[in-house]
Amino acid sequence: MSLAIVDYGSGNLHSAHKAVERAAAQAGITVTVTSDPDVVRRADRIVLPGVGAFADCRRGLDNVVGMVEALQESVISRGTPFLGICVGMQLLASRGLEHGVAEGLGWIPGEVVAIEPKSIGLKVPHMGWNTLQPLRPHSLLKDIPTGENGLHAYFVHSYHFCATHPDMVIATTEYGEALTAMVGHDNIVGTQFHPEKSQRLGLALIGNFLRWTP
Amino acid sequence: MLKCRVIPCLDVKDGRVVKGVNFIDLKDAGDPVESAIAYDAAGADELCFLDITASHENRGTILDVVQRTAEACFMPLTVGGGVRTPDDIRNLLLAGADKVSIMTAAVHNRDFVREAAEKFGSQCIVVAIDVKQVAPGRWEVFTHGGRKPTGIDAINYAKEVVALGAGEILLTSMDRDGTKSGFDIILTRAIADAVGVPLIASGGVGNLDHLVEGIRDGHATAVLAASIFHYGEFTIREAKQHMKTAGLPVRMD
Repeated sequence: MSLAIVDYGSGNLHSAHKAVERAAAQAGITVTVTSDPDVVRRADRIVLPGVGAFADCRRGLDNVVGMVEALQESVISRGTPFLGICVGMQLLASRGLEHGVAEGLGWIPGEVVAIEPKSIGLKVPHMGWNTLQPLRPHSLLKDIPTGENGLHAYFVHSYHFCATHPDMVIATTEYGEALTAMVGHDNIVGTQFHPEKSQRLGLALIGNFLRWTP
Repeated sequence: MLKCRVIPCLDVKDGRVVKGVNFIDLKDAGDPVESAIAYDAAGADELCFLDITASHENRGTILDVVQRTAEACFMPLTVGGGVRTPDDIRNLLLAGADKVSIMTAAVHNRDFVREAAEKFGSQCIVVAIDVKQVAPGRWEVFTHGGRKPTGIDAINYAKEVVALGAGEILLTSMDRDGTKSGFDIILTRAIADAVGVPLIASGGVGNLDHLVEGIRDGHATAVLAASIFHYGEFTIREAKQHMKTAGLPVRMD
């Protein structure tokens, strides 16, 4: 079994790579960081990381010739399990409004908009450890304690995903309002938080992704 | 609910920890990676490396430290010290740092903050501000470990770098640093309330009440300390338990 982490020039792939590798070692899965669309096409699982601004990341993805097509083919046509992380999750939206309007992949309808602090003293970016409120069961959250007394996930973002269909929001996190923490449908899932930086919760979630059969 | 963060800070010189951690039986107390692993296991919310390497030839040593840390610790890592160019930032991020802190270079060239935020995103750009009180209610930005005044008003400077794209402020009171007499709360609150981004309070922590004061009275969202943790006076868990008892939200995972 093989897993491809898509390299499109967006930031910190090293941590994502090492975290996935640690979880994958036990499962006997080969992890490759790649900018080769053919490697992505052949992979049994795909991770799309992303750090930085939405529009920049979209440009970066478009600059890898054939990558968006390879992702469409694998994830949409063939149903390959897909995990987007942070901006890699936001890119699932129809469009993002950070530094101008940019088109997303449109796999999960919605927009990525600026966080407007809902009370005095709330800082943006939403930065640090927060708990998850699951709205529906999902295999990636299996056996992970959630809710106010559950484990914490590490967030750092100034924009958030407003999904058109509420049933595609899997979990939220409380920050003056319920911000989208996790989206998904069918074989597609995305986390606003960084599993690769979220210690116990993160490694458990990545382990669940490796075992997931959507 | 978002929790307040407790961040141990390690000074690293030529790839080795200065004032090494001796709260736990490390095989090599000078190895930053071993210290990082220990703090990760102890429940630190983030880790901060301050690179104080003086010679240019040894600047690369921090990259190796960051890379090895990122392979072993799945927690957020901020690295600062001597960051002057976009390439410095890129190299640290590629090695596995999540945030990079800029200090002197931002004082000398504000546009560097804008450039860094545009290129890498505000979320990974921390501006570190070293401050001394120069008159009642007036604080000035200093560089060179508090030796060099800049004539720049600290509150205005903080607002300016945030407007340019800084995603977080690391505020150190040079009057309090090393004194163990607690944060400069009036300063911390003045800057925390003046900016819309998270603020890490630093400089002066001597006991666990100081951590509580930084958050509760100083309005910081995170507290940074070095010696009280490195010398084993308090564990991270004791610090968090104390903060929790005081009614602050902390992560006890």
